[in-house]
Amino acid sequence: MKQAIRNFMKYRYLLSELIIKDIKLKYRRSYLGILWTLLEPLLTMLVLTVVFSQVYNRQDKLFPVYILTGRLLYSYFGNATKAAMKSIRKNGQMIKKVYVPKYIYPLASVISQYITFLISLIVLFVVSLVLKLQPTKYMIGAIVPLLILPVMVLGIGLILATLAVFFRDLEYLWGVVLMIIMYCSAIFYEPSRVVKNGYGWILDINPLYSLIINFRNTVIYGQPFDMQALTYSIVFSVASLIIGVWMFYKNQDKFILNI
Amino acid sequence: MGNTVIKVDHVGMEFRLSSEKVDNLKEFIIKKIKRQLTYEGFWALKDVTFEVEEGDRVGILGLNGAGKSTLLKLIAGVMKPTEGTIKTKGRIVPLIELGAGFDNQYTGAENIYLYGAVLGYSKEFIKEKYKEIVEFSELGDFIHVPMKNYSSGMKARLGFSIATVVDPEILILDEVFAVGDAKFRKKSEKKIKSMFKDGVTVLFVSHNIEQVKRICNKAIVLEKGTLIASGNVEEISEFYEKKIK
Repeated sequence: MKQAIRNFMKYRYLLSELIIKDIKLKYRRSYLGILWTLLEPLLTMLVLTVVFSQVYNRQDKLFPVYILTGRLLYSYFGNATKAAMKSIRKNGQMIKKVYVPKYIYPLASVISQYITFLISLIVLFVVSLVLKLQPTKYMIGAIVPLLILPVMVLGIGLILATLAVFFRDLEYLWGVVLMIIMYCSAIFYEPSRVVKNGYGWILDINPLYSLIINFRNTVIYGQPFDMQALTYSIVFSVASLIIGVWMFYKNQDKFILNI
Repeated sequence: MGNTVIKVDHVGMEFRLSSEKVDNLKEFIIKKIKRQLTYEGFWALKDVTFEVEEGDRVGILGLNGAGKSTLLKLIAGVMKPTEGTIKTKGRIVPLIELGAGFDNQYTGAENIYLYGAVLGYSKEFIKEKYKEIVEFSELGDFIHVPMKNYSSGMKARLGFSIATVVDPEILILDEVFAVGDAKFRKKSEKKIKSMFKDGVTVLFVSHNIEQVKRICNKAIVLEKGTLIASGNVEEISEFYEKKIK
């Protein structure tokens, strides 16, 4: 344990270098640079709002905020788990040739994606201001799901990163799973419709939705946490982190033989 | 006698060669059900034991596939042995595969920091040595150009300059004397020789027996993964020369 911490301290500069590299290179070759982080969610929000307010004939003025809260959390979840999953294979050349603690790669992906995610929250802030969302004291609580989210993502990311070394087709499978999670996260529909049809349990077991619901409660509805969802999200995140670390640690010496 | 700085104790390294490589879930499940998952073990190293003392310069001899590179990678910590233990003392600088960790989209300057971090240097240290690295690499203004426009020689020069900016206690050399053009090769040989003077411990892999004799004072011979001889460089190189005839 002590040695693990010392090793981490030695390589913490590498961690920050990898995070910076991720962010820098993502936007270096595009004309609008980091602005894309803001434009992308804004544009998807517009599309989804237009489509679904027509389909459902919704008059809700805050519908764009509703979509954004779900959509932003989901994109971070999807992008970061995907990046973490691919990180070991992507850096295979390096892993084969020099010693570095391997967890640094998935960790760097999760953190760099988290930073762009936090930047993209500016869009939510601006849209909320424009649509005159009433600020409440509960808004401060939004920090809680935002802090649980990266833990959940890191846990799942470590599990996926380990498995993806041995099974290449996992990348495609996970894409499908992500799509299922998206449709089960009530990003652009009201959960009440699902509950009414007796499929509420799908929302209940979806760990991502347990975070989205509390994010919405605090940001949009001015309500306290849904305690059941909060407990579930915490338990799920801690459990997946423990499983992820254990799996990664158990198998990391075999990575080099499989990449 | 001096301190033991590298202790290789009954080390074995097994690679699994499955007859058909299964690297996806679909095949894995199908073959698991059909019970076709068989692995063939291949021991790249088997029961290798030796010690290196501080200041020793050890040449590692052996034919292709004898396990030399595997041994170096194990000592450098890139891989973990299947059996046995390896203990090392002090900072290891492996001059193998120079520049693994460079990013092609990054400029040379950015890569100095990135590769330095990969080698475990601190930010302050790299800042302090930045000028020295650039000067030694002789890249000049190219240092601000993205690395994808570099020639392979330029990359190797930069990699060498970054890796050798520290004072290592253990230096691992895998025939890297062939870096860059003739002029740079001379310079790099001089740099490595200057490191020898500081009493650094060296592991050196080469097929060139003359070069091994010039540099090393001790040598070991590997054959098909087992250690067949170790000792004084004169005796061992004589033994090896006879053997390969």
